[in-house]
Amino acid sequence: MSADQPLEGRVALITGAARGQGRAHAVRLAEAGADIVAIDIAAPVESVPYDLASTDDLAETEKLVAAVGRRVHAVRADVRDQDALDAAVTAAIAEFGRLDVVVANAGVISYGYTWELPEQQWQDVIDINLTGIFHTVKATVPAMIAAGNGGAIVLTSSVLGFRGTTGASSYVATKHGVVGLTKSLANELGPHRIRVNSVNPSNVATEMVLNPTTLGLFRPDLEAPTPDDVKETMSAMHPMQIPWVEPVDVSNAILFLTSDDARYITGVSLPVDAGLLAR
Amino acid sequence: MTGRVEGKVAFITGAARGQGRSHALRLAEEGADIIAVDAVTDYASVPYSMARPADLDETCALVRARNRRIVAGKADVRDQEQLRAVLDTGVAELGHLDIVVANAGICTAQAWDDVSTEVWSDTIDTNLTGVWNTIVVAAPHLIANGGGSVIATSSVAGIKGLPFFAPYVAAKHGIVGIARSLANELASHHIRVNTVHPAGVDTAMSAGLGALGDLIACEPNLGPIFINTYPVEMVDLLDVINAVMFLACDESRYVTGLELTIDGGNTIR
Ligand SMILES: NC(=O)c1ccc[n+]([C@@H]2O[C@H](COP(=O)([O-])OP(=O)(O)OC[C@H]3O[C@@H](n4cnc5c(N)ncnc54)[C@H](O)[C@@H]3O)[C@@H](O)[C@H]2O)c1
Ligand SMILES: NC(=O)c1ccc[n+]([C@@H]2O[C@H](COP(=O)([O-])OP(=O)(O)OC[C@H]3O[C@@H](n4cnc5c(N)ncnc54)[C@H](O)[C@@H]3O)[C@@H](O)[C@H]2O)c1
Repeated sequence: MSADQPLEGRVALITGAARGQGRAHAVRLAEAGADIVAIDIAAPVESVPYDLASTDDLAETEKLVAAVGRRVHAVRADVRDQDALDAAVTAAIAEFGRLDVVVANAGVISYGYTWELPEQQWQDVIDINLTGIFHTVKATVPAMIAAGNGGAIVLTSSVLGFRGTTGASSYVATKHGVVGLTKSLANELGPHRIRVNSVNPSNVATEMVLNPTTLGLFRPDLEAPTPDDVKETMSAMHPMQIPWVEPVDVSNAILFLTSDDARYITGVSLPVDAGLLAR
Repeated sequence: MTGRVEGKVAFITGAARGQGRSHALRLAEEGADIIAVDAVTDYASVPYSMARPADLDETCALVRARNRRIVAGKADVRDQEQLRAVLDTGVAELGHLDIVVANAGICTAQAWDDVSTEVWSDTIDTNLTGVWNTIVVAAPHLIANGGGSVIATSSVAGIKGLPFFAPYVAAKHGIVGIARSLANELASHHIRVNTVHPAGVDTAMSAGLGALGDLIACEPNLGPIFINTYPVEMVDLLDVINAVMFLACDESRYVTGLELTIDGGNTIR
């Protein structure tokens, strides 16, 4: 293991890897030496008010990882589907021989006052953001325990894993749930030398935020706000006075948490939030 | 390959030995010049010895052996003037200041009714006011530099109410309060403020806590509070500096106000 290849010889599975943060994690962990299993639904979800990734996006992630010189195994699978995840993991382990790192990153957001939310819209967010992580853990952890190599799991929560807001209660509930899941799993998996931590980003410059619906929530006064139009409002959220962080800032935190540099760090929720939670 | 903190200057308190020295050496290996202080003075109230002047000299020699510059001096974190004297000399010589590691500390183990006035005030003065002094003396240099990263060494005792350590627990919790406030106040200057919270580390400090075994033997139900969820009893110096390094370098450029545990899951039980 060399200093700039802390994940050399390891295999990392990432959900929601077709674009956004998941893609950045795939590339960053590959640069650090890991082979990558990239999973994404690569299809829309009806109740989500912006497009999810496409199959082209997933192919682009594959290309970017290959360009770094690492092996990549990309699979279309929905984290709501346990059988699909189980099959993807079995195939990936058959191909790469091991699994060391899991980044449960897939997630969606949708908006509305709680008492007005259609049942299905509520359920989709819970199913993807929370139960999807449960499925990801069920699909990966038994093989990691059996291999006896230890490992590291990072669950993507959010600053909304600690704070509330209006109009996103399903999202806030799931991201709080992810923090609880992190602490429970850290206790359960400690004896197996599998560490479990979460990352808790504030706004990240991805489709989830930079789509017309979300931008509109930040600037209800404008017809069709652009990212530039929300910068001031978003900067005011953060002591460091920046509107958003870049995907790679979250990737760097994940690289630290999954490398041996953090070998005794478990149960931690690491904010990448320009100070939002310090307020 | 350039180092992760190449060209930066780091100010470290309690740098003569233990974690402080380990931080100085790793930061130097990753390209930083060092300003190191230590009081190198024993406390009547603390049953183990503090570092010796020769220890501080050894830290200097080891940093220089890594081809980095170091300005070191005797300074007690309880005294802002002493800190300022060494720090100002260091910044004048090395050009600027980017990283502050407020690490100096002391620790004694005793039941609450055996905490002497002296133990209480020495612990609060060194571990809490000492961190405050370190940061307020350093902050103007960081502001002048256009930004920086401050890391204060708290402990599992900064999160949990460890028994037999009441003054230490109070001071280490207090550090979190300082860090949270200053993370807000200093953010507009691009200064990040975070704390690290190690579980037991094998240093002269933990070796000096022999009284703990007897105290737990008298109250065995309190023993499990000290057990980590991960199957390790202690963490190594390397584990603490790895966390400090992440917070010190630009990989964490938007991380501030964080309490980063290096505790084998001790605080989530
Ligand atoms: N963008 C932000 O501001 C922000 C802030 C905090 C946390 N997060 C979280 O970060 C994670 C990544 O989001 P992002 O910002 O990269 O947004 P994104 O929308 O660009 O990426 C999410 C990815 O997950 C995939 N996905 C969605 N549902 C899936 C499912 N059922 N099965 C498999 N894949 C699915 C999407 O296709 C997409 O590729 C999410 O968990 C999100 O909640 C985002
Ligand atoms: N060792 C552990 O188990 C442990 C666990 C968690 C946190 N910590 C914390 O880590 C930090 C470093 O401790 P360590 O384990 O390296 O112990 P250590 O005793 O080896 O190092 C402490 C250093 O601080 C110096 N010092 C003490 N009082 C000072 C003062 N007033 N001014 C300047 N320097 C002073 C000492 O001379 C010594 O060099 C401390 O803040 C400690 O509370 C230690």
